Amino acid sequence: MTAEEMKNYRVSDYRRILQKGDISPRELVKIFLERCSQWEPFINAFLHLDAERVLRQAEEMEKFPPADEELPQLFGIPVAVKDNICVSGIPTTCGSHILENYVSPYEATVVQRLRRAGAIIFGKTNLDQFAMGSSTESSVFGATRNPLDLSRVPGGSSGGSAAAVASLEVPLAIGSDTGGSVRQPAAFCGVVGVRPTYGRVSRYGVVSFASSLDQVGPLSRFVSDAALLAQVLSGEDPLDSTCAPYPPFSTSDIPSYEETRKMRLGIPREYFSSGVDRSISEEVASAVEKLAKEGFDVIEISLPHTDFALEAYYLVALAEASSNLARFDGVLYGKRAQGVKTLMEMYHRTRIEGFGNEVKRRIMLGTYALSSGYYDEFYLKGMKVRTLVRQDFEKAYEACDILLTPSSPCFPFKLGEKISDPYQMYLTDILTVPSAMAGLPSLSLNCANRDGLPVGLQVIAGPFREDRMFGLALFLEELLSVEPPIPAVPDVKEGDDE
Amino acid sequence: MNNLKITIGLEVHCQLSTRAKMFCRCGTDYIGKGPNSLTCPVCLGLPGSLPVLNQRVLDLALQLALALGCRILPKVVFHRKNYFYPDLPKGYQVSQYDYPIGVNGSIDYALQGQRKSVRIKRVHVEEDAGKLVHEGMALMPDQSGVDFNRSGIPLAEIVTEPDIRSPEEARECLMMFRSLVRYLEVSDGNMEEGSLRCDANISLSRNPGEMGVKVEVKNMNSFRSVYRALSFEVERQKVLLHEGKEISQETRHWDEIKHVTVSSRGKEEAEDYRYFPDPDLLPFSIDEASLMNIREKLPELPLERKERFMLEYELTESEAGVLVSSKMLADFFEECLKELNKPKTVCNWITTEVLRNLKNLGKNINQSEITPKAFTELLRMIEKKEISGTIAKSVLEEMFTSGMNAREVISKRGISFISSEKELENIVVDVIENNPQSVADYLGGKQKAFNFLVGQVMRQTRGQASPEMVKNVLYKQLSAGG
Repeated sequence: MTAEEMKNYRVSDYRRILQKGDISPRELVKIFLERCSQWEPFINAFLHLDAERVLRQAEEMEKFPPADEELPQLFGIPVAVKDNICVSGIPTTCGSHILENYVSPYEATVVQRLRRAGAIIFGKTNLDQFAMGSSTESSVFGATRNPLDLSRVPGGSSGGSAAAVASLEVPLAIGSDTGGSVRQPAAFCGVVGVRPTYGRVSRYGVVSFASSLDQVGPLSRFVSDAALLAQVLSGEDPLDSTCAPYPPFSTSDIPSYEETRKMRLGIPREYFSSGVDRSISEEVASAVEKLAKEGFDVIEISLPHTDFALEAYYLVALAEASSNLARFDGVLYGKRAQGVKTLMEMYHRTRIEGFGNEVKRRIMLGTYALSSGYYDEFYLKGMKVRTLVRQDFEKAYEACDILLTPSSPCFPFKLGEKISDPYQMYLTDILTVPSAMAGLPSLSLNCANRDGLPVGLQVIAGPFREDRMFGLALFLEELLSVEPPIPAVPDVKEGDDE
Repeated sequence: MNNLKITIGLEVHCQLSTRAKMFCRCGTDYIGKGPNSLTCPVCLGLPGSLPVLNQRVLDLALQLALALGCRILPKVVFHRKNYFYPDLPKGYQVSQYDYPIGVNGSIDYALQGQRKSVRIKRVHVEEDAGKLVHEGMALMPDQSGVDFNRSGIPLAEIVTEPDIRSPEEARECLMMFRSLVRYLEVSDGNMEEGSLRCDANISLSRNPGEMGVKVEVKNMNSFRSVYRALSFEVERQKVLLHEGKEISQETRHWDEIKHVTVSSRGKEEAEDYRYFPDPDLLPFSIDEASLMNIREKLPELPLERKERFMLEYELTESEAGVLVSSKMLADFFEECLKELNKPKTVCNWITTEVLRNLKNLGKNINQSEITPKAFTELLRMIEKKEISGTIAKSVLEEMFTSGMNAREVISKRGISFISSEKELENIVVDVIENNPQSVADYLGGKQKAFNFLVGQVMRQTRGQASPEMVKNVLYKQLSAGG
């Protein structure tokens, strides 16, 4: 199979050829392993990729094919896993020094669900350290590059997963989204990225950044694949009490085009403000225009607290992070500083050496926000704003069923462009943070390409209305017919051929 | 100088008797278990692990708070208490802060016949930390290890208002806490094993209208050390006040060996724990129905039961006190009364012989083989003078060790038992006929001769008759014959 053929393969297509026996699981994974060996030197999407292990999983599937006539949903499909999600037996580094050699003795619920659905756990993908960042530059194992333009970042923090899907190293990947960490890299790499409703997917085994915001979500080349992956990942988990006791999302709940057409679309004006790149606003507006022509009811609405959401997010998320990252103290696991004399010195040196600058910055900000005397002014106020943001959405959903916005205020930027300016970096999350604060399901899909760079459009639905979100996204995908990326493997760089 | 006002408040931690830990399914029975054998990703705080509340913890805490007469708050909220210590695997302890389980309760106890009351400020639940180990097989001399078996075990913390006026009161109050938790069966309340722990705040003041400087005393591992440590503090602070010196606000540790409190070194600045609601555990409401259910099932509490025992069974305060010190023992007592309605006798035997045997065996009454039926059968045999008290004691001992009932013990020992005066008559007549001189002496007024004859009868029966009965029959025969 050539890359050109595979470009338009959906999971259902892989399943069909596997089912017919046109290709074996081993042959299929070899194709993807081959793509990885072509692309990895250029993009560095994977932190851990063990070909032997991958082949062994495929071999197991051939030896013990499922008894049912119908293959399981993800039978033989390679799925890449962000490296802050625990897979037993292989490292879970979070892109950090402190967990450089950490191997989890147990597996995340989402990984178990992937395995049960027949997926092949392909490897662990790169990320900003502890999922804190928007460019995948802060990983201690080197930055990941955007396969669409190697001089640019893939977004973050799930940049490794987005780049792996965009370059077709794998057809599917999972990432984690706290304030936009799945949707923003999906937008930067021209693929589909989903943040499910908070509580839709188990967080057990996902290294916590901000507990009240973290959600695991799919990245894929097609909306239907993301929906399928969401179905596999979702559902109640007795090991996570923040996971909602609802039945899993099911793709069969997705409304038909007929029903979808009846949805009222809300366009929040705050998302088209001056802070958003004009070309991006234009592309999203033009997509909305096309929907209106299809007969959709389009309503301009207002989410008045949008401007405060980002700052409130940084108070709440970092407060939680400062506490969640306290466990990395060098006592029980992970790296411990050597040559220290006292307990306090051990703590200090371990954390100084083990964490990168952005992680330290966030721990300090979060610690400050929770400190006595500042708690009311910072953390509590952040929580209050969060309530206001949520109420904005609640009110909006009285008038409409779906909100459409740009996913990112900017195009993928150059490596190094924002890394030394944290505030500029934080601003890249400004359009993805509000729905995360409200816990709403949100999806980014590519609505256009401008000068070879993708433009992400965000679809936001009400709580646990993934059905509507996917319904509208499927409609849009077909309507816009923007093909998924298939960048050409770069030529060997000059001077590298020695 | 003599009318110094002593003010004491207690902070009591008790381990709640759940089978599983507070937020995972690991077992809680860590006594005698190898280090870190009762652990999992959750109680080790491994990256990615999450807590799920064991509902039983809430049930037990609600029972405790209700028994203390607390107002139950409608919502359950857990907070994180953030600090670094090697025995704390997550870098924070899951606890409760401004939303405890219950507030504004009280506990009553009696001291020298006087009923006293201490107000309870709050009852909350939290997880225990692990334990530092400084010596062991795998450790080098300069190394320490951490055993996380205790990590995540549920604790209830009870904070009293500063209503206690003396070390004696503190000890009594704490003993009442122990009775209470044992009654409710929410904790085994064992201070030596650490399932009941107590810290105290104590201050002395010259002016009864105000409180002095608060000193916190820790590391008191028995009721006796609570009493001793607080008495020491009273004396220490008295001397300081007398000398006109300042008492510094500090934490002091009780030294069990030297019998002094020692100032804990380290920073005196108040630590900032940065409490905030744990986002991994969502707040939830307590439903009225289950609260009602718990309220209805609350057992009679120790102080009420003690007073009822004194009134209903005419026991002394100390007798009743011993019986109600454990719910099991008090239950056993009342079960026995259903078989044999002689409260005084039953009480006497329980508070002496039964407790002595239990202590020797290191068991509690429920763990022992003895049943109320078997025990009262033995007492009934004494009542009927079928056996002597002395024999009964040794029979009881064997009943405890073997699990046999009284009759089985007796027949095993080959004691064929003379239980009627009729059976004795022949032996007595024989003895009278064979000892004419002694009979004559007795009839002549020598009391010693009677005792000699009793001895002869006892010898003939090989101790199988009760001396009372022998005396009785002998007396009758001698009077009849004379």
